[in-house]
Amino acid sequence: MTRLLTVENLSVALPRGADRPHAVEEVSLHLDAGEILCVVGESGSGKSITANTVMGLLPKGLPVTSGRITFEGEDLLGLSAEALRSRRGRRMAMVFQEPMTALNPLMKVGDQIAEALSVHGKGAEARARVPELLAAVNLPDPAAIARMHPFRLSGGQRQRVMIAMALALEPALLIADEPTTALDVTTQAQILRMMREIQQRRGMGVMFITHDFGVVAEIADRVAVMQRGRIVEQGTAREVLDAPQHPYTRALISAVPHGRTLDRAAARPAPVLQMKGVTKTYQRGGWFGARAVVRAVHDADFTLNKGETLGLVGESGSGKSTLARCVVRLVEPEQGEILFHGNDLRPLSRQGWLPYRKRIQMVFQDPYASLNPRRKVGDAITEGPITHGVGRDEARQRALELLRLVKLEPSAMERYPHEFSGGQRQRIGLARALAMQPELLIADEPVSALDVSVQAQVLDLLAEIRQRLGLTMLFITHDLRVAAQICDRIAVMQRGAIVELGPTAEVFGAPKHPYTRSLLDSIPGRGWTPPELAETA
Amino acid sequence: MELSRFPAYLAGRLVKAAVVVLAIVVCNFFLIHAAPGDPASIIAGQSGSADARFLEQLRAQFGLDQPLYMQLWLYLKGVLTLDLGFSHRQQASVAALLWDRLPATLLLTGAAFLFAIAIGVTMGALAARRVGTWSDSVITVLALTFYATPLFWVGLMLVLLFSVTLEWLPSFGMMSVGVELSRIGRVLDIGKHLLLPALTLGLFYVAVYARLTRATMLEVADQDFVKTARAKGVPEGRILRRHVLRNAMLPVITFAGIQAGQLIGGSILVETVFAWPGIGRLAFEALLARDYQVLMGVFFCTSVMVVLFNLITDLLYAVVDPRVEVS
Repeated sequence: MTRLLTVENLSVALPRGADRPHAVEEVSLHLDAGEILCVVGESGSGKSITANTVMGLLPKGLPVTSGRITFEGEDLLGLSAEALRSRRGRRMAMVFQEPMTALNPLMKVGDQIAEALSVHGKGAEARARVPELLAAVNLPDPAAIARMHPFRLSGGQRQRVMIAMALALEPALLIADEPTTALDVTTQAQILRMMREIQQRRGMGVMFITHDFGVVAEIADRVAVMQRGRIVEQGTAREVLDAPQHPYTRALISAVPHGRTLDRAAARPAPVLQMKGVTKTYQRGGWFGARAVVRAVHDADFTLNKGETLGLVGESGSGKSTLARCVVRLVEPEQGEILFHGNDLRPLSRQGWLPYRKRIQMVFQDPYASLNPRRKVGDAITEGPITHGVGRDEARQRALELLRLVKLEPSAMERYPHEFSGGQRQRIGLARALAMQPELLIADEPVSALDVSVQAQVLDLLAEIRQRLGLTMLFITHDLRVAAQICDRIAVMQRGAIVELGPTAEVFGAPKHPYTRSLLDSIPGRGWTPPELAETA
Repeated sequence: MELSRFPAYLAGRLVKAAVVVLAIVVCNFFLIHAAPGDPASIIAGQSGSADARFLEQLRAQFGLDQPLYMQLWLYLKGVLTLDLGFSHRQQASVAALLWDRLPATLLLTGAAFLFAIAIGVTMGALAARRVGTWSDSVITVLALTFYATPLFWVGLMLVLLFSVTLEWLPSFGMMSVGVELSRIGRVLDIGKHLLLPALTLGLFYVAVYARLTRATMLEVADQDFVKTARAKGVPEGRILRRHVLRNAMLPVITFAGIQAGQLIGGSILVETVFAWPGIGRLAFEALLARDYQVLMGVFFCTSVMVVLFNLITDLLYAVVDPRVEVS
């Protein structure tokens, strides 16, 4: 094995006034040719900064204060900007997290790949190489794809284009910064498989940045765990995954949703919510253009019983959020019955809906966007009850109790949302929903935007509250492990329809529908069962 | 956009444009007739005899005694055949008057437009590239000064400097009168006359384009695909040209479409200050003289221009931005 990349005692400063003096501190790691090193950590741990330092892509405000980066025998930090540029793309390449924004929207994807070749003096080969490269990342009809603009491609296809572009000059080092995080689970599985295969075929060294231990288990040879700018643990994948030493690694791994299903008595059939024949279609066009019709939800009947948690599981575009939004009338379906305690909500007028508003509440995915930044947390929580006629003092009293319930300080009442972290904001969102004392709580991907350790806290909190208040819950998620952990029953959605519905253990243990099976097969690291760890090392 | 779908798209847009123009014509008609004052009495007054019979005769002659809807119908029929009526004050058909003045206005506004875009975008791109340095500050201050100064004042000051003090450039008119010039000499002569009014008309928009280009370029420069380009080793200059500037041009095109329409209206002031024989001055004179037919003609002409420029903008957008779906 040849040593490809060595990072020694690297420190990168943060601008004055940040929460810590260094973005990364005393980081040392190495990567051999033909090896995949996973750098794992939560958001803000400095893993992306490390990768960008290697590529020479750090923003101006973040200077390297000490350390050495040796790549193919050269000291990268000592190279001129031009020398570094000539190595970028040619000897070392990078793939980013967001395939939707990482490609120039105005350039054909073929031209973007050709540009990578031509800026390194290989423009003449572009005509022949571009289709070859697109074929190498398993894109169908490469010649046609090369002529397309990015907006015509799906997220997965765009990420393949990004990888093709990164591979264009056969670099020795590929840095992949969360390349599959924004993708659906089945697409993620395909991309991971493909990356592994290409890496082995070409003997590339890959530095793979991720926050997901499932992905680590899937792809890593070695693992480096980062926390607050430092590497706290480093070793082979087996060592780190199965016998983690550092308390932080242990905490992270024990926070991974384990996917073991709960063994709970089935809820007695006391329907709170019944969906019958609900259909929602979206149309586009008219007047002069052709009409395009998308059936967002159809054939999605289910019954939700009192005290039960039903998981709606599916990939993006499967209609799970649309279905949930139909229940609270954020989306108006054109057909079907939405029976809440036997009363059909769909034909109700705005006025007729009012009494139900407080009985059905929703928690949203994005904790940053779902709270009004100009309103104090206390006001956000009490606003609903006060508009429904609860006295101001009583509402504040209740808000204080709720803050205690979601494990926040009473002082949070007088603070603004931006003063809280993502996990805390999601708890505020939960308190806000609970302030209405709802019977039915709809949680739309409530933990998807959160780091894994925070995710575990919020999930525990949800389970506890559900138990305590006897809530009925509709839980929407794309993450099968999360669904397994919290749901009594699971409904799997595909292209607007529920294709399989049953008790969680059954759906996971003996899936009947082929789509459910492919979803389960795609869970990264399904061969790895997180070890049972004691609380402290 | 795929070329095969272009004709259908164009046809659809043309139909929409025609409907809009028609609606504008109807609106103009009612607006003019809502204004107080009777053209017949003005003409009568100017011709010196204002007895009731003469007025009656005039009204009948211009169709002013007909009910309003008939007048509208007659006017619409005229517009469709490009007969925009007859100006009794100028003793010429409105269409001929407009046709006479249109080239001068198009020359002035076109020159101002190109000047504004070329200089504005260049200044904005320079400022964005050197953001935070003194050249950025100088450009920003210049742009703001242009932006905040009234058009006519700029025009008068330019005349004072270049025509009165330095005597480099003529201060009014479109060409020198009473001199024999060769063809090239004539072109140069018009060019010299054009310089000051075009500069005056364009400066304000230079500021707008500079600010807009700078802001969008800085915004685009932060986007992921620029980082992608950097990661594949594209040199900075090429990143700026091919990735940043191209994407930053989209809002500029949108604004250019709006400006192109506004320029013709805005040229009224500049044409008056510089005695430029264009549509703007025609409108100004017609307004003072209550020459309804000419005013309606000018409105018609400018609204067609606005709709036309909007159409061109949309088509340009569809060509530049592949995401504009033809639907």
